[in-house]
Amino acid sequence: MSLINTVPETVVTTKVDDLLNWSRKSSVWYMLFGLACCGIEMMQTGGPRSDLDRFGAVPRATPRVSDLIIVSGTLTLKMALRTKLLYEQMPEPRYSISMGSCANCGGLFQLAYSVCDGVDKVIPIDVYVPGCPPRPEALTEGLLKLQAKIQQERWLVRKPDGAAAA
Amino acid sequence: MDADGIHRALREKFAGAVDPDWVAGEWPIVTVGSASVAEVCRLLRDEPALGFDCLSNLSGVDRKDDDRIEVWYHLLSYRHRHQVALRTTTPRLDPVLPTVSHLWPIANWLERECWDLLGVRFVDHPDLRRLLMPEDWVGHPLRKDFVEPDEYHGISTRRESLLKL
Repeated sequence: MSLINTVPETVVTTKVDDLLNWSRKSSVWYMLFGLACCGIEMMQTGGPRSDLDRFGAVPRATPRVSDLIIVSGTLTLKMALRTKLLYEQMPEPRYSISMGSCANCGGLFQLAYSVCDGVDKVIPIDVYVPGCPPRPEALTEGLLKLQAKIQQERWLVRKPDGAAAA
Repeated sequence: MDADGIHRALREKFAGAVDPDWVAGEWPIVTVGSASVAEVCRLLRDEPALGFDCLSNLSGVDRKDDDRIEVWYHLLSYRHRHQVALRTTTPRLDPVLPTVSHLWPIANWLERECWDLLGVRFVDHPDLRRLLMPEDWVGHPLRKDFVEPDEYHGISTRRESLLKL
């Protein structure tokens, strides 16, 4: 049965899960975590020309109030353990974007003695953004992909552990 | 002052420590004994006619075949517009050099880098810690016989060969 035209237009009907997800995806606060040259592009993405703020994503200076960590740049072994610590300080639900070739797989520097080749060896990653460095448009699309993922989540009715999540 | 003059000024004060031969080039190379590097550097900085006010670079080279480690000091004078490269060698088994961090503050980090990557110990350095590698890292990666550990705190350091891809 369609609900269209049966209720006044000041009323919106939705599912609670959808409302929760819609509000969460519309305020993805990301932590400022620039590691290398990709960090410059991340700043540009948050700047006025690309303006990540229009999707509700604003930069935060501390992991304790952040929903998203954008690992942007070469991850050295010295930084790897600190990255893990910062990720663990973020409150759940938390998300992560791996930005650029270096964070994805070590990139140009993957054979170097000091480089951790791939941030997914340290923390789980939701969205990988390729590029060296990715343009602000690419990172914006990465955020949109993450928002699409958040919108699909189910919080009120969950499958038991072991069953494949949607 | 030209390179020959710089070399002569050093030979006057440190006849025993400074090699009589020098190599011409954009950076004239003067070889100095490892024990008197700090005094030679102090003369180069403080003598008005020399006036080397900038340590442009401090780097090390592992000469494994000769069983020694070379450390290079690239010095520059903004006042007189001349430059010189000091070369000194130290044994590979126990590389020790006097610090120059009290002469040029930048040497503090450059010597820490040299200690980190090559294991050269700089005596009287105020804070000789690793600079680039993690604090609990074992070994010095720029040594020719450095063997990379398989993992670091559970992070695998084994990489696929790029030639296979």
